[in-house]
Amino acid sequence: MKIVLSHLTKIFPNRNKKVGGDVVAVSDFNFTIPDGKLIGLLGPSGCGKSTALNLICGLETPTAGKIFFGDDDVTDLPPENRGVGFVFQNYALYPHLTVLQNILFPLENLRGERKLSRETMLAKAKEAAHLVQIDELLERRPGEMSGGQQQRVAIARALVKTPRVLLLDEPLSNLDARLRLQTREEIRRIQRETQITTVFVTHDQEEAMSISDEIVVMESGVVQQIGPPQTVYDDPVNLFVAKFLGTPPVSVFSGEIRAEMLYIGDAPVLEAKGLRDQAVWAGIRPEGFVPSPEGPLCCRLTGVEVMGRDRSVVASHPSCQSPEIRAIIPAETPVDTASDTVRFCLKPAKTHLFSRESGERLRAAV
Amino acid sequence: MHKNKWKAWLYLLPAIVFLGFFLVYPLIDVFVYSFEEGYNSASETFFGVGLYNYRYVLREPFFLQAVVNTFILVIITVPVSTGLALLISAGLNHITPLKKLFQTIYFLPYVTNTLAVGLVFMVLFKKTAYSDGMINLLIRLFGGESVDFIDGPYWAKMMVTCLYTIWIVMPFKVLILTSALASVNPDYYKAARVDATPPWRVFTRITLPMISPMIFYLVITGFIGAFKAYSDEVALFGVNLNAANMNTIVGYVYDMLYGDSGGYPSYASAAALILFAIVLTITCINLLISRRRVR
Repeated sequence: MKIVLSHLTKIFPNRNKKVGGDVVAVSDFNFTIPDGKLIGLLGPSGCGKSTALNLICGLETPTAGKIFFGDDDVTDLPPENRGVGFVFQNYALYPHLTVLQNILFPLENLRGERKLSRETMLAKAKEAAHLVQIDELLERRPGEMSGGQQQRVAIARALVKTPRVLLLDEPLSNLDARLRLQTREEIRRIQRETQITTVFVTHDQEEAMSISDEIVVMESGVVQQIGPPQTVYDDPVNLFVAKFLGTPPVSVFSGEIRAEMLYIGDAPVLEAKGLRDQAVWAGIRPEGFVPSPEGPLCCRLTGVEVMGRDRSVVASHPSCQSPEIRAIIPAETPVDTASDTVRFCLKPAKTHLFSRESGERLRAAV
Repeated sequence: MHKNKWKAWLYLLPAIVFLGFFLVYPLIDVFVYSFEEGYNSASETFFGVGLYNYRYVLREPFFLQAVVNTFILVIITVPVSTGLALLISAGLNHITPLKKLFQTIYFLPYVTNTLAVGLVFMVLFKKTAYSDGMINLLIRLFGGESVDFIDGPYWAKMMVTCLYTIWIVMPFKVLILTSALASVNPDYYKAARVDATPPWRVFTRITLPMISPMIFYLVITGFIGAFKAYSDEVALFGVNLNAANMNTIVGYVYDMLYGDSGGYPSYASAAALILFAIVLTITCINLLISRRRVR
């Protein structure tokens, strides 16, 4: 099912009298989610991503804008009539019911001609349980299961009525690191098998990057960038997106363009063709630093961490906005650890320039 | 280690002395009294030891009447007050404007003096030389026969007593249930909404199980409280409850000790232990049922 969000806006009335103005949780959100894709809504806390999810679900009604599932306008439909499956952050499994009863719950609610026989319900519930691989746990209660298992039950409960759209709110945030890796693969697999259009919300960029077909980066209710994870990572439209994606994060230097050349400090580090003279932010990905004795960017060397496959060079530079710079370099590249300084060349494709005033991306001619 | 042990006992001493003096010793004494035949509190003498006191109490019509009254009160007031409290708190939980005001209003009877409430009930129900009482005026307005609720037939007196008790015990239950309802995670209701759960099913399959421990707590304390009924009856019918046929077990115990027919600590002790046995049995049954029903 294709989902179309058209000029979607949600404004919450302000209850705090000390601060004036209403809270714009989602502002003019336009996006067409293609059928059968897995979409990650990504952003820091309070950026409006959960509100956007609630709007798609119907738990919140938009202040302005429209939502379409396929060709149906569902903007004014309550959640129960939209045919959505929703997985809550805390799973919201009914603690007094067994796993089977929990999964059966949505089916037992069907009335009228959609009412199912007991056998069909059981068959469907077992099918959903099988899909998420919890066949063994049907008689357990939520309190007797691990977080990962509860998560699967919650997904099974959301899938059992074959929703048109599956929505997951921070699906992995309540799991420990190892389970998180495993569960995100599970979500990907389940989504592929069912081919249900799925939207999930996360503040963890790694999570969103690893499994999404497309990610939507949001900040303060405004969509910053939409695209396949790799594209958004390689080609961020503004400083916020560049800083938000990637671990270790991008290193931001205050730089200046003079005569189509980027200067960091007094060192000319990179060509910037076609850009007028101005002060800029230069965001350099960790893999954009190439140690080289003749490199133009001279940094104070703090240490070198060996991480097996590659090495992480920790350095500092007065123009850098953060106290330390992390550069990831292949293990075989030599670095003189005895020296106090390290010199880098910069990869043009990994160095992004942003306007000092607006934070928007500045693109140099190639 | 040894020294610490003494220190611990020292800290416990005030509580132990206090509880021992005012709770444990009287408990044992009641037990002893109930088996001493013909105990005389002035001379502190008795004839013998046996079950005579129990036999006497169980044959006394006033005691049997008190048992019947108490049981009727318990059976009517506990379910009705709990059910009504559940309805009211579910309602309170659904309204948003003036919620606090209504909560306060429903809690007021809890902080109102029993005897003051009794006075109001008198105005409502009592027939005097000057007035028939508000309720009788209403009954007559609709063409009914006026009833003397305070001095009249047994069912009328029992009805007023039940109403009175329910009115007195309800605020506490409303308070507990409102907070229990408010503490249910709203995500459960959102999940139920997304799954198109009909309202009645939300209430029976989600809300009730979620607050069942609190309901159960209220039922148990409600039973115990209702079995100990006494002051409400005094507020309505005065101190001579036997004459009004409205005595309760605790009332009987009091009468046996201090009433006009009083001065019999042995009978009072026997009656008190019978009450204890009844309450213990009922509570055990409650616990057994709850173990199966409450999550």
